Amino acid sequence: MDIFGIPSQALFGQLLIGLINGSFYALMSLGLAVIFGLLNIINFTHGAQYMMGAFVAYLLLNRAGIGYWPSLLIAPLIVGATGVVIERLMLSKLYKLDHLYGLLLTFGLALIIQGLFRNEFGSSGLPYVIPEELRGAQNLGFMFLPNYRAWVIVVSLVVCLGTWYVIEKTKLGAYLRAATENPSLVQSFGVNVPRMITLTYGFGVALAAFAGVMAAPIYQVSPQMGADLIIVVFAVVVIGGMGSILGAIVTGFGLGIIEGLTKVFYPEASSTVIFIIMAIVLLIRPAGLFGTQK
Amino acid sequence: MTIQLSSPAETLAFQRKVFIFMAVVLAAAPLVVYPVFMMKVMCFALFACAFNLLIGYVGLLSFGHAMFFGMASYVSAHAAKVWGLTPELAILAGTLVATALGFVVGSLAIRRLGIYFAMITLALAQMIYFFCLQAPFTGGEDGIQAVPRGHLFGVIDLSKTFSMYMLVLTIFLAGFLFIYRVVHSPFGQVLKAIRENESRAVSLGYDVDRYKLVAFVLSAGLAGLAGSTKALVFQLASLTDVHWSMSGEVVLMTLLGGLGTIFGPVIGAAVIITMQNYLAQLGAWVTVVQGVIFVICVLAFRRGIVGEIGHALKKPL
Repeated sequence: MDIFGIPSQALFGQLLIGLINGSFYALMSLGLAVIFGLLNIINFTHGAQYMMGAFVAYLLLNRAGIGYWPSLLIAPLIVGATGVVIERLMLSKLYKLDHLYGLLLTFGLALIIQGLFRNEFGSSGLPYVIPEELRGAQNLGFMFLPNYRAWVIVVSLVVCLGTWYVIEKTKLGAYLRAATENPSLVQSFGVNVPRMITLTYGFGVALAAFAGVMAAPIYQVSPQMGADLIIVVFAVVVIGGMGSILGAIVTGFGLGIIEGLTKVFYPEASSTVIFIIMAIVLLIRPAGLFGTQK
Repeated sequence: MTIQLSSPAETLAFQRKVFIFMAVVLAAAPLVVYPVFMMKVMCFALFACAFNLLIGYVGLLSFGHAMFFGMASYVSAHAAKVWGLTPELAILAGTLVATALGFVVGSLAIRRLGIYFAMITLALAQMIYFFCLQAPFTGGEDGIQAVPRGHLFGVIDLSKTFSMYMLVLTIFLAGFLFIYRVVHSPFGQVLKAIRENESRAVSLGYDVDRYKLVAFVLSAGLAGLAGSTKALVFQLASLTDVHWSMSGEVVLMTLLGGLGTIFGPVIGAAVIITMQNYLAQLGAWVTVVQGVIFVICVLAFRRGIVGEIGHALKKPL
């Protein structure tokens, strides 16, 4: 069966890869947006923290015998804790300065983390086995759907929508949104804003680490795995605009699919298509698709 | 980043003395230091000065300056090797391409401010990186190797280290003086006004976007000049020049030397290149050390080396 002269197997295969990539774009840009909302800092370390998540899962499995399922919880907790330390020790000193210093600091941290991991584990990728329960594939008639990939897409969607629900619909989220608008006023109501900021950073980092654990069985675990991803995610964030949580999710999945389709129809452009879309969006809607220009 | 004012004439005279001192040191350096190393320092110093024109005087942090440096280096290498152009024309070709690229990228990037500006330049630079990875003329992973240095104006043989050194020195000093002139021109004053208070500059009737764009194009062109020259010095243009880590390095050099100082980027470039030279055997530790310098500079040392000296002497450098 052919669609536009492309075998449907190839088309749906690339669509699936696009959806997988989109899941990671969405999880990552969601974390960036949450952190940016409250801290006004673009977390350049996000890619390194994604990589740390994958490595923690790898080490738990190979050094401690702890499998995939506990890792899904433990790895984000550990990496999130390092995020809390980073926020308390360093980022909190920068809130009164130009926001660019936050970018520079987190860039430096990313270099340190990636360098240390490269020293310890080398540059080559390390394999992480798919957990037993998720091996195998479903025959959907028009294509084979590996179970693990379906799991990644579903879980990313659930986590993204869960985060959106907490931030937009719960009391905790209301505090968060209020603190984004006017931190000193919220503090005067007796809310511990500095602690909220610390935990928000920790949560954003934990999201990146969670994405890292999810990615470990699909991509190879390597010190560089986050470095190139974070640049694409930046472009995703520019396209979506950081004003809206739902916007980050929709843009993430959408761009993943577009990237997948480009691989089918014009493979030469598949690595650049997201940047080209970014340029077009900047020309037409500089604030981003879901953003508001401040 | 604020510059404390001593009397302008006094400052000018002092900076002139420092400049002459720098020129003499650079001219005499090959007597004690390996000349190719010094040429590398000067290329990167010019690159950092060009970058500093944006971050230091307009307040725009570009995280993608490697695209101008690297693209120019490819064009200049290609022009010298494949088209057989003389070195001055090859360098000119590289610089012009970087300037044109600067115009396109700048027009897009100045539509957003602050953090977004940094992310946009980074993303566009990554796009250029992928372009260079795939385009046939760049030689992919191999880069363009064995670029002939050729004869300057068809006369002076640049394969001799001395003549190459003099050419690099001339280009560096000319580029440096040009930036100095721009910063101290009425145009430069408007740039600083934009950095300090953009809405005020708008209300005074300045077309802020045009000033930013011109500054961006100048910065891109000068970064291209540095990249083109580097390609001839090392007879090599490669993906390293256009990778995002190169953009990070030039930020680091400028930050370490002192944002918004005239001489800071030169000192920063010299320190970082020296460090890379000594730590080269240690592999990934170079990255770690660079990261640590970043963190220290941001947390405790925001004026940078030259900024601190200038602060102590109460004279802007």
